[in-house]
Amino acid sequence: MAIVFQKPKSLADVPLHYCPGCTHGIVHRLVAQAIDELGIEGRTIGIAPVGCAVMAYDYFNCDMIEASHGRAPAVATGVKRSMPENIVFTYQGDGDLASIGMCETIGAAARGENITIIFINNAIYGMTGGQMAPTSLPGQITQTSPYGRDVETQGYPVKVCELLSTLDAPYYIERVAVNNVKNVNAAGKSIKRAFQNQVDKKGFSLIEVISACPTNWGMTPQKALKWIETDMIPYYPLGVYRDKGAEGGKKNG
Amino acid sequence: MSEKVLMKGNEAIAEAAIRSGCRHYLGYPITPQTEIAAYMAKRMPKIGGTFIQAESEIAAINMVYGVASTGRRAMTSSSSPGISLKCEGISYLAGADLPALIVNIQRGGPGLGGIQPSQSDYFLCTRGPGHGDFRLIVLAPSSVQEMADLTSLAFDLAFKYRMPAMLLADGTMGQMMEPVRLKEEKKIAAAAPWAATGTKCERPHNVINSLYLDPQLLEKRNIERFERYAKVEKKETRWEEFMTEDAEYVIVSYGITARISRNAIMKARKAGIKVGMIRPITLWPFPSAPIRRLADQAKAFLSVEINMGQMIEDVRLAVEGKAPVELCFRAGGMIPSPDEVFKAVKKLARRK
Repeated sequence: MAIVFQKPKSLADVPLHYCPGCTHGIVHRLVAQAIDELGIEGRTIGIAPVGCAVMAYDYFNCDMIEASHGRAPAVATGVKRSMPENIVFTYQGDGDLASIGMCETIGAAARGENITIIFINNAIYGMTGGQMAPTSLPGQITQTSPYGRDVETQGYPVKVCELLSTLDAPYYIERVAVNNVKNVNAAGKSIKRAFQNQVDKKGFSLIEVISACPTNWGMTPQKALKWIETDMIPYYPLGVYRDKGAEGGKKNG
Repeated sequence: MSEKVLMKGNEAIAEAAIRSGCRHYLGYPITPQTEIAAYMAKRMPKIGGTFIQAESEIAAINMVYGVASTGRRAMTSSSSPGISLKCEGISYLAGADLPALIVNIQRGGPGLGGIQPSQSDYFLCTRGPGHGDFRLIVLAPSSVQEMADLTSLAFDLAFKYRMPAMLLADGTMGQMMEPVRLKEEKKIAAAAPWAATGTKCERPHNVINSLYLDPQLLEKRNIERFERYAKVEKKETRWEEFMTEDAEYVIVSYGITARISRNAIMKARKAGIKVGMIRPITLWPFPSAPIRRLADQAKAFLSVEINMGQMIEDVRLAVEGKAPVELCFRAGGMIPSPDEVFKAVKKLARRK
């Protein structure tokens, strides 16, 4: 019998700890698929964040490093400079990358480190139980914005792709989503591209993945996917924000 | 053996690190240690190494963590306020059992403090700088020659015991020029089997990590680590004794103040006071045993430090109450003159 679908080789055969309806599992699979398709598992080194994906080091079969909160891009910089022939990626959430680790994110992007960053934006702190994230939407109710995020006192969300695309160095920046089959397939292609860029020594690539957190959003998984469509994507438009490989380095939003 | 060259302490550290096989320097500017970064910025690109001026001290220590994860020799250097920022990263290095070198050319504190020399990070550095149960090998040079030699030793010990090591000096030591004989370049050992270097699809993946959600397992890891620390204490404690054979009074001092104390001892000896010195070379592990031994013969001890009195606590612990321990100090970037130390020795000798 022909095998038409199977687990990527570089994804470990272990139960994931993620909540029902969480899209981390989908993104893990897309990352592993990209690693498999490019045949780079043996030379890939992944950096796990602090946050829901903290135990990602158990989920990928490549060598893995656990970073402190927000510092994955700095750790990745050290790894890549030490092992330039290896493929180095970080997998980070919004609190990790866009709040506590913003300095390291911008530093690595501004240097144009030849690394791949997978950035999960689900607009909330998941691991600690649903606090306001730098990417929580205006009016969004969380444990630490119980009356809804008040932009007067709590400010506006950070748009990472828009912010980083003001820098000269990054090679590729794109925002994707994993709320439906079409978007998941597109996200897979983008993630693969972000790894391909590194293989080709092109420089810094970041893929922001709009993801669902039904548990902390207080929604059913179906409703969470819908909320991505109705609330998150309008605020965080999908698209390529930087592509130095395309003619004229086209930007859009 | 190479010939002697005249070098600044900070430059000697940098050159010795390179000759010890370090090819990755990650730092952030801060006075009074900037010569190390400047030296590395010049040399590293010429020898296929990495120099990064990081976006922060925090980023720098995490870049060190990244290089160390691949089993290679990496270092950062800073001064007191910057070391505070690196503490998180040092704790993670210790928790993941990663070897690395951190240089601290201390200045006066707390807060922004000043830029003059100090030893006021003694508590911070010898107690494991950062959260959690851990230790750091802390080496305290007292000459430019030792700045070079102990840099090399720090790397060797860090890799031997898989733990971070610190070279703890002060602004005077960093800026001072002396003749120094540098060792020949050392060959870099092949990557360690535990390192994250890519599986080549030939072995199970290596994970560099300090997270253990199972408390029993975390306790076990802590106990294992402390068994390793016990070996370090047993085998790697280093100190120098000066005129202690017949000493009735014993100075304990390291780094720049040990040099000042040496002058004071010569003066005191001429005045007929039998005083000697124990100079700790490792501050952790602390040379408690020789101090305890001298506590049986000495009438009193004097801890000479440029802080408000920090190492004195370790001296008192070592002496075990067998003799009084007094403090001779200056702080905030001030340094005692040999005369000030001599006066303190005289006062010590007068006590009944």
